[in-house]
Amino acid sequence: MGTADTLRAVETVWRIESARLIAGLARLTRDLSLAEELAQEALEAALRQWPSDGVPRNPGAWLMAAGKRRAIDGFRRSRIIDEKHRALAGEADPVDASVEDGIVEAIDDDIGDELLALIFTACHPVLSTEARVALTLKLIGGLSTGEIASAFLTSEPTIAQRIVRAKRTLAGADVRYEVRRGAERDARLSSVLEVLYLIFSEGYAPATEDAWTRPALCEEAMRLARILAGLAPNDAEVHGLLALMELQASRLPTRIGRDGSPVLLLDQDRARWDRVLIQHGLKALAVAERLRSPAGPYTLQASIAACHARALTPEATEWEEIAARYDDLYRAMPSPVIDLNRAVAKAMAFGPAVGLALVDGILADGALDGYHLAYSVRADFLSKLGRAGEARDSWLKGAALARSDRERTLMEERAATLA
Amino acid sequence: MRVMVIMKASAETEAGVMPSERLLTEMTAFNEELVKAGLLLAGEGLHPSSKGARVKFEGTKTSVLNGPFAETKELIAGFWLLQVKSMDEAIEWIRRVPNTDGAHHEIEIRRVFDAEDFGEALTPELREREEAMRAQGGDYGQERG
Repeated sequence: MGTADTLRAVETVWRIESARLIAGLARLTRDLSLAEELAQEALEAALRQWPSDGVPRNPGAWLMAAGKRRAIDGFRRSRIIDEKHRALAGEADPVDASVEDGIVEAIDDDIGDELLALIFTACHPVLSTEARVALTLKLIGGLSTGEIASAFLTSEPTIAQRIVRAKRTLAGADVRYEVRRGAERDARLSSVLEVLYLIFSEGYAPATEDAWTRPALCEEAMRLARILAGLAPNDAEVHGLLALMELQASRLPTRIGRDGSPVLLLDQDRARWDRVLIQHGLKALAVAERLRSPAGPYTLQASIAACHARALTPEATEWEEIAARYDDLYRAMPSPVIDLNRAVAKAMAFGPAVGLALVDGILADGALDGYHLAYSVRADFLSKLGRAGEARDSWLKGAALARSDRERTLMEERAATLA
Repeated sequence: MRVMVIMKASAETEAGVMPSERLLTEMTAFNEELVKAGLLLAGEGLHPSSKGARVKFEGTKTSVLNGPFAETKELIAGFWLLQVKSMDEAIEWIRRVPNTDGAHHEIEIRRVFDAEDFGEALTPELREREEAMRAQGGDYGQERG
């Protein structure tokens, strides 16, 4: 194997094996950085040996064994083995002969749980959201710092530093690699879901100016969510989030027109929506709905996305169903922006007058009265109702609040057509 | 990216010989690994070509040819649709396909056309136009939901 081939092989095997490897070794060593180093060493050993011996049938098990051996060697050398063993065996008296057995047993049981514990650790609440995202992509996604940096359009040193700092924070906070139960588990899981959805959204509708969609990031988020769904099969919202991402991603191919301009949902070529993802998404949604009633916020959003996915034409959209799901969503997660979207859905289902009454109520509450989109939604309802003058005023009010010149110009132009 | 992994037919698959229980068990375990890794989008095994048909096109004319077909090696016995990061990753996984029956198989990996990254096509100017268009309909302007 040439150097270039070897490097490519490292990268590929790393991507496939690293998460489970690091997860197992992290529980053994209780040290994330050390676990990552050991995993890397195991991988290097593999790449020295495999070209001559051939790739073993189960490369994951081979790597885990190599990683364990190195961990045990390290423990011997550093004479902290007793302490580690006590930590592992829960204060049992260390007996030399059984020490290694204990360590080996400790990482031979449920690897799935290990991986889940690693995901929970990477998304630990002591970390900033940015740090959680970077650490998740690095440790569970197996992405390099360079790849993460380019995905988030930032520099490699920035990401590298963020990851180092995050690991230090985790070490300082004495985070334990285990899956908690009950309320704490739910809280940690929702942090994980938030991170995955952030990664997805960054690919679906990037916050930065110079990129439109990044399907690879969406794919990575979906892959991570599928892994999570396998590890936490009874958590409804995991399936709900997976469904939401798959249903949204099914529309990725149609979001941009041939000339590069964005295409809104109701104008998209539905024949080009990704049927494979729609099928997956609907299946995941069914699982989520079966597991929990009433449905959680991700599941509800997925059920709204499913209404669009099921409609073969825009006219076939079941707006009443969507409006009902928005009612549920607003109850589960009251926010003025959801309320605004609910108003749009109600207007589609029951006419612009209903939408107008709702949006006026929202504006009267004051939460969105500085939000330009609230006025453009209102203007749209008014113009549909033939109240051109008021619609014009609302467009202008929105224009005054717009965040960019272009946005302002466009809203002013719309106002002008009603003059 | 997506790849379609094509398991080529062999004399055995064309004869309708079912794999041994051991191979089936290992194949199931392999598929489970693909699922656990979040990669498997679809995968099916195909009946022998004797149960298939071909529709041939010549200009505007079509004709139907029933199986079985010759040139066994060119036939397909099954497929997986995988979501992977690279062709290398696909190859690394496919090397792990169990083959305990010791048969000579060939598996082909082909890249599926993807919705390409529009990063370069969409200029900041167009993005701002889109932002403005969102104004027309809340969520539906954002193309969410």
